[in-house]
Amino acid sequence: MKRMIGFIIIASILFLTAVVLPYPVVKMVLYLTAYAVVGWDILWKAVRNLIRGNVFDENFLMSVATVGALVLGEYPEAVAVMLLYQIGEYFQKRALQNSRRSIAALMDIRPDTANLEKDGKVLSVSPDTVTVGDIVLIKPGERVPLDGVIVEGSSTLDISALTGESLPREADAGDDIVSGCINLTGVLRVSVTKTAQNSTVVKILELVEHAAQKKAHPEAFITRFARVYTPVVCAAALLLAFVPPLFFAQDLRVWAERALSFLVVSCPCALVISVPLTFFGAIGGASKNGILVKGSNYLELLSKADTVVFDKTGTLTEGIFRVTSIHPQNLPPEELLRLAATLESFSTHPIAQSIRTHNHLPVEPDTLTSIKELQGYGRSAQNQGHQYLIGNQTLMEEHNIAFPYCPHSGVVVHLAEDDRYLGHIAISDEIKATSKEAITALRAEGVRHTVLLTGDRKDIAEQTGKDLGLDQVYAGLLPADKVKHVERLLAENHSGTLVFAGDGINDAPVLARADIGVAMGALGSDAAVEAADIVLMDDDPRKLALAIRLAKRTLAIARQNIGFALIVKAAVLVLAGIGLADMWMAVFADVGVSMIDILNATRTLRTKALSTAPNLPERQEYR
Amino acid sequence: MKKYFHISDLDCVICANALEKKLDTITGVKHVSINYFLQQLTLEADDAEFYAILKRVRRAVDHSIPGAILT
Repeated sequence: MKRMIGFIIIASILFLTAVVLPYPVVKMVLYLTAYAVVGWDILWKAVRNLIRGNVFDENFLMSVATVGALVLGEYPEAVAVMLLYQIGEYFQKRALQNSRRSIAALMDIRPDTANLEKDGKVLSVSPDTVTVGDIVLIKPGERVPLDGVIVEGSSTLDISALTGESLPREADAGDDIVSGCINLTGVLRVSVTKTAQNSTVVKILELVEHAAQKKAHPEAFITRFARVYTPVVCAAALLLAFVPPLFFAQDLRVWAERALSFLVVSCPCALVISVPLTFFGAIGGASKNGILVKGSNYLELLSKADTVVFDKTGTLTEGIFRVTSIHPQNLPPEELLRLAATLESFSTHPIAQSIRTHNHLPVEPDTLTSIKELQGYGRSAQNQGHQYLIGNQTLMEEHNIAFPYCPHSGVVVHLAEDDRYLGHIAISDEIKATSKEAITALRAEGVRHTVLLTGDRKDIAEQTGKDLGLDQVYAGLLPADKVKHVERLLAENHSGTLVFAGDGINDAPVLARADIGVAMGALGSDAAVEAADIVLMDDDPRKLALAIRLAKRTLAIARQNIGFALIVKAAVLVLAGIGLADMWMAVFADVGVSMIDILNATRTLRTKALSTAPNLPERQEYR
Repeated sequence: MKKYFHISDLDCVICANALEKKLDTITGVKHVSINYFLQQLTLEADDAEFYAILKRVRRAVDHSIPGAILT
């Protein structure tokens, strides 16, 4: 490329000298030299490709166009066109190289070395050679080479390369650690749990790299278009050159010149490079934000998102049960909680666990006798001469114990001592702080229906739906019911895309059935990554709206690129056909348009302006 | 076995796609893909014959686009 600049400069000087010199013979020699200097590699490539039978090769077409101009005696034009073409090519290559570099930088999260601990020594090895169970040492500033469990040390981890989340995460001994994040503060000893091939970082990279193979419609269109465009334009050039002179007694020279302009515009390069680049850049840019898109086609579908179906637990809610309020009758709240915790000792039920976690007073489970599990209702037990009941509404009703109505959402656990009502504890799975904003953002992106599908109780689900402003709520569903609901929604809705967002672990069939399956909070979960079309590495539901925004922008850029290239090329073809455009313009329509399109495509890599700021970013910013 | 190579001097997406198709027909190649933007070639082939197959792939690449493959 450096050499090319030299050739361009020399040829330009020769060209300008030739223009100003008065002697015809010297002029001609200078023009031809300039042409040779700047065009030899094009000519050479053209010959080489021609030998392989590749007629519609860009180099060949440029060679025919300029040699044709030379034959017609249009020396300055031939040189100028070749010169401009090379300059354009140079800038186009640079633009492409820059965008390639940006993509490469995005994907530069593959760790090169691992510090393997072996026989008391630490060796720097390639992550590929480390096996499961080996101990690796990760120093501050280093990238975690393989997935594993921390056996010693604690540190802060920068997980932004994987999730786009800039807030560092604390990690201690016993915690799982994911490859690709950066160890910020402490030295960690990690027991490797996955080989390099199966590690998160490699999985992510493979996913992004292969995403280019699933093509969106605009890409497929371009491929088909390119296949016919060049032959058609070349044929048109032939007809243009010879039909008017032969049948309408026109000047061959004039029409041949016009035909040569056709050849210059006949390469579909602008489209062929910029459209795939647009999509690939977008996939790269999205991955930087912790959004993995498994193919360009999903971006296209996502841009038309119309219905978003959510799973509740873990998607819109934290997925962790917490005691939200305690309502005792004639005893201190801590005492009620302590009693509940005592009664729920040894239970593995998530609700029992949440009660025990919330209680900080000492419990004496040893004095409990005749504990009875009442499946689906609760538990009864004897303690120091009293009969205790803990459980739901039905349990109280069965024992004829009067209890007040509790308006709280979530699960309500009632307690009774003998026949006396003691109070109740409300437990719920809290809605994520970001969920509400996520729904608003989705609406802003043109999502018309939001639906909640959950296996949870009706009242809880409806409360969640009301709090978040969801359109429809279906509760008490089994996994198979969820599939049925999605199928029904798909049948009802013909226009847009149906997106299902879930945690990706229990809802693989639904993820597969929806137009687009989105798995959330998938960092470190292979199953979720496998099942979904789009993977959100962290569990922030706002990322879904961001993904839709990215997808829309990508499609817009792709359309701009296609539209711009087609319009300019068509205009130049028409103008050249009627003799109003010369070869200079044709060169612009070729390499100039390519460059502009590539630069435009590169915009997809920049996702800063789109990221999930606390407030919705202004949409005008990137229009 | 699956290996990644750097592939330089790819002129255009069309050439890359054409090359990919051509390489896919080479006997022994299980899967081959070229990512134009990453300038990366992924080759999957049987372990035993991998290097023999790689040689054929290199020759085919060299014939189509005189460039270089590097690990």
